[in-house]
Amino acid sequence: MNHTPDPSHLPDHDSVYDGLLGGDDSQWAFGTDFEDPLAGVDTTVPDGVDTHELATYCLMLADDALVMSHRLSQWCSNAPDLEEDIALANIALDLLGQARLLLARAAAADPSVVPALPEGSPVPPEDALAFFRGDREFRNVRLVETDNGDFAVTIARLLLFSTWRLALLQRLAAGRDHVLSAVSVKGVKEMTYHRDYAGRWFLTLARGTEESRRRLVAGLEAIWPLRAELFTSHPVELAVAGSGVGVDPATVADEVDVLLEQVFSMSAVDRPEVGPLAGVRGETGRDGLHTEAFSRLLAEMQVVARAHPMGQW
Amino acid sequence: MVAAREVAASVTDPEMPMLTLEDLGVLRDVEVDDERVVVTITPTYSGCPAMATMRDDLVHRLRDEGFDDVEVRVSLHPAWSSDWITPRGRAALVEHGLSAPGPAPSHDGPVVLSLQPTRRTLACPRCGSPDVELTSEFGPTACKALYRCTSCLEPFEHVKEI
Repeated sequence: MNHTPDPSHLPDHDSVYDGLLGGDDSQWAFGTDFEDPLAGVDTTVPDGVDTHELATYCLMLADDALVMSHRLSQWCSNAPDLEEDIALANIALDLLGQARLLLARAAAADPSVVPALPEGSPVPPEDALAFFRGDREFRNVRLVETDNGDFAVTIARLLLFSTWRLALLQRLAAGRDHVLSAVSVKGVKEMTYHRDYAGRWFLTLARGTEESRRRLVAGLEAIWPLRAELFTSHPVELAVAGSGVGVDPATVADEVDVLLEQVFSMSAVDRPEVGPLAGVRGETGRDGLHTEAFSRLLAEMQVVARAHPMGQW
Repeated sequence: MVAAREVAASVTDPEMPMLTLEDLGVLRDVEVDDERVVVTITPTYSGCPAMATMRDDLVHRLRDEGFDDVEVRVSLHPAWSSDWITPRGRAALVEHGLSAPGPAPSHDGPVVLSLQPTRRTLACPRCGSPDVELTSEFGPTACKALYRCTSCLEPFEHVKEI
């Protein structure tokens, strides 16, 4: 955004906004400079850790949060009532914050993962990663990318996602990478109330009306085929688990199952018996293989940034 | 010249301007090395959108006081807790109609899943009545829940425990 119009057209004022701001343009959300979310944070990669593997792993964790955040934000102004609108937007904001830090950590660990932009572009690395990668370069699990469906589908997905991510972040908090560890410690606090929120609504819908229960059971069945992928170890996840900076997701499967069983039994809902959604030639989300819905999501999420790579409009 | 620490400590939170950054507990450190001032702040929540404004406000206020070379750093560890809001900050919250947080939950060991609505023992910041009800666990900013006093019937915001 350019706030300095040609003075020859405005003889009395530099900008019509000057009076509002008293000449201080720092209050603009856009158009000033960007700040580094890791400014001053020591981003040295621990000894014995492959920088590209660490960066790729950070992209996986970041993309899960970013895409889930985008899906949740699509409820804004569409939720069943104002309180849920606010709740889902708050949860989306937490996840966006986690994504931003993790994308910045990926870029700091291995700058070669950041897409090239025209010379002089002010777009910071984390935005370049979010808005200028193609679908095959995103490493998120497919669970987070499919359409929101109705509120029950969204709640079932949020319960599975937040239970899984909380278990991962709890283990990551003890990891050797100080940045990932710090992001995880904070993330654990946030995922705790995301999971509580989803669990409470799951129970409420299950014990509500015949219609709410029917929708919840259908919602759970709809997302269940994407569950197995959450616990499938990708070679990068195994590598970072081996070097002490990451977590093999297979190791959290039992804990997640126990927690879900707790919610299912209180809700009198059976664990779905539907098979996993197949990948293509063995590839799934972590390999950059995504669903059609993801391409549409990316198109919407990236269109403005891609139209303005120089950050001006 | 006023001490850099004093200037930084007087900068207020952009979303809860009754609190200084020091009272909110996000101001972690102010170091002066020759002419250079290095201020360290920590985010309240991962997605806190006020971080950029805090940084800008710190730089502007310090420059106004004659500190030209200012750097603002982020500290992610230890993670911010509502326990870090000072007694003065808590008093300021109540004085401005907000309810201050109770003790933050511990995150050591397994995190328990809670399927019951969050229960807090609160007093209405306006009339002092303990008869309050939760309207929404999520509010206008990440750090607040919405309540209503069933005595004076006024709504109020509660700063959440984290």
